[in-house]
Amino acid sequence: MRRALVRWLRRPSRVPRVLRGALALVLGCGALLLLAAPAAPQGASASRGRAAPDKFPQPPGPGDPTARFPSSPALVAEGRTLYAQSCSSCHGVALQGRVGVAPSLIGVGAGPVDFYLSTGRMPLENPRDEPERSKPLFSRAQIDSLIAFVSSYGGPAAPAVDPARGSLAFGFHEFTLNCAGCHQIVARGGMTVGAQVPNLQQATPQQIAEAVRMGPYLMPRFGAKQIDQHALDSIARYVLWSRSPSDRGGWGIYNIGPVPEGAIAWFLALASLILVARLIGERTT
Amino acid sequence: MSAAGSGGGERPRGAKALGVVVALRAMRRALRGRARVEDPTVGAGGHAASRPPGAPVGTGPVDPGPDPSERTVPGNRRAEGAVVALLLGAGLLGFGFTIVYVAANASTQLLAIALGGALALLAAACIVAGKLVVPQETHVEERDLLLDEEQTEEVVEMVESGGEGISRRAALTGAAGVAGAGLLAAAATPLASLGPDLDRVHDTPWHAGVRLVDDEGHPYSADDIQVGTFYTALPEHGDPEAFGAGLVVVKLPPAYLHLPAARAGWAPEGIVAYSKICPHAGCAISLYRYPTYQPTSAGPAFTCPCHYSTFLPGEGGRLAFGPAGRALPQPPLTTDEARNLRAAGPFHEGIGPPWWSVHRGQS
Repeated sequence: MRRALVRWLRRPSRVPRVLRGALALVLGCGALLLLAAPAAPQGASASRGRAAPDKFPQPPGPGDPTARFPSSPALVAEGRTLYAQSCSSCHGVALQGRVGVAPSLIGVGAGPVDFYLSTGRMPLENPRDEPERSKPLFSRAQIDSLIAFVSSYGGPAAPAVDPARGSLAFGFHEFTLNCAGCHQIVARGGMTVGAQVPNLQQATPQQIAEAVRMGPYLMPRFGAKQIDQHALDSIARYVLWSRSPSDRGGWGIYNIGPVPEGAIAWFLALASLILVARLIGERTT
Repeated sequence: MSAAGSGGGERPRGAKALGVVVALRAMRRALRGRARVEDPTVGAGGHAASRPPGAPVGTGPVDPGPDPSERTVPGNRRAEGAVVALLLGAGLLGFGFTIVYVAANASTQLLAIALGGALALLAAACIVAGKLVVPQETHVEERDLLLDEEQTEEVVEMVESGGEGISRRAALTGAAGVAGAGLLAAAATPLASLGPDLDRVHDTPWHAGVRLVDDEGHPYSADDIQVGTFYTALPEHGDPEAFGAGLVVVKLPPAYLHLPAARAGWAPEGIVAYSKICPHAGCAISLYRYPTYQPTSAGPAFTCPCHYSTFLPGEGGRLAFGPAGRALPQPPLTTDEARNLRAAGPFHEGIGPPWWSVHRGQS
């Protein structure tokens, strides 16, 4: 049996050499392509061929104040020019998005535009990068014109917020429930699997409100039933307060977090223990 | 510190610290001085000649006194009383810890006061004993080998004559025994809480028909649950602090919903619920991520803030990353006529961190 197999393998081929070479080349290239193809992420097959975003901003609750951004035909026209220059290569000329690159902006409204542009998170150099806070590329007037242009395609109004109306204690409670899991109770940010969680030390109240309602990048979005207007005002007030908290313990050590604070407590305890040992001990020489 | 702080408002901080150090040194000197005054044999007890060269020589008058074997260590009655009282107090607090621990709903503050107080009193007793009860001297006694029978008798007699101190020694030993017993009992009591409490793991408040309510007791309607955010649900009429009470509830569009075939009917309208307790170390799962545009970022997932175990809600809570050993336990959901969310049964397996032989079935 084995000898027969070896003889069959060693027999002179009747297929011309050129054909054999071509076949080997084709098979090899196919194998290479299969190996090089990136492993398809879970759910990618379902989302292939889709440019609509996974989530839209939650509208403000009925009767809640909304942010007013200037709007005029001239602003919309200026915004269209700016959009064509800086945004359309990814989000599409008519805001329709590009499949697999960037979501459509039709129906997102003013909030996300203000948030992403005023925090410098957009435009992105590479659409697969994680948007991070940086110096805004556009001036306030340019951002207003882009808001006017994008919201002319429809979408919910952006929320308005007034930290002065909020309650600090209630804001602390709501921040603990809804935000501190990722942003930490001191609002210094952190990380989650697949993204960084930004520090909130530079966020303006308006940006905080917009982020709560829209859920930028991987953040969940919160509607008015989960976080109502009073809670939103209170959360903004708490985040502003968290930048210069009153340190009840006495010494804040820059609010650097529980582990270093604990380490310092250990050093202080060690020093006092040494002092006590020195006091109660006897020198024998 | 507060005493020093209230002392001088104008003095610079360095001077204050110096003042504290000086005060502490003075205190120490006073303690030593008192020990010397009340214990005149210290420094004068032994022959100067009997000290090995280089040994410290007391500051008191060196008096070639009587035979060192006849010295008496004078009792300091007040100090001994204080030590006994401190030791008894430590023992009492130690037993107090056991009582508070066994009592229902033991408050951790009371436990800490009892145990911390016991240890502090024990330390105080040791300090007072070391300072005022135990003789403070280095004494080297040189003598010949006890070959002579008479001498042996003498020594025995001498040792027995030391028995006059037995009463105070017994008091101290007894008090130390009480303190030790109290602290040992306190240390051993928590052993009663060791071991898996399997009833709590298997018997959660979630059974068929239990409504999901929010933290204020309002039932969740299927219409309340939105895509792209997450909710914490508790069992109606159940103990909200029970180990298995918390659920995380999310709604997923069909594109993300790939539950195992056996759980086909568990997600009405795409709403799924999972135990909020991470099966790794039992932390509360409080991070939820949901993409704005999935092709350029990660998909929906729960993450535990303690060790970043990440679970996919669309795939039956499958572990995608992190140290957890198994998937998030999931209860089946259903909606009633009023569109309120209800559990359709218990979790598919035990909740919480893994114990031996608890999660042998599925994983």
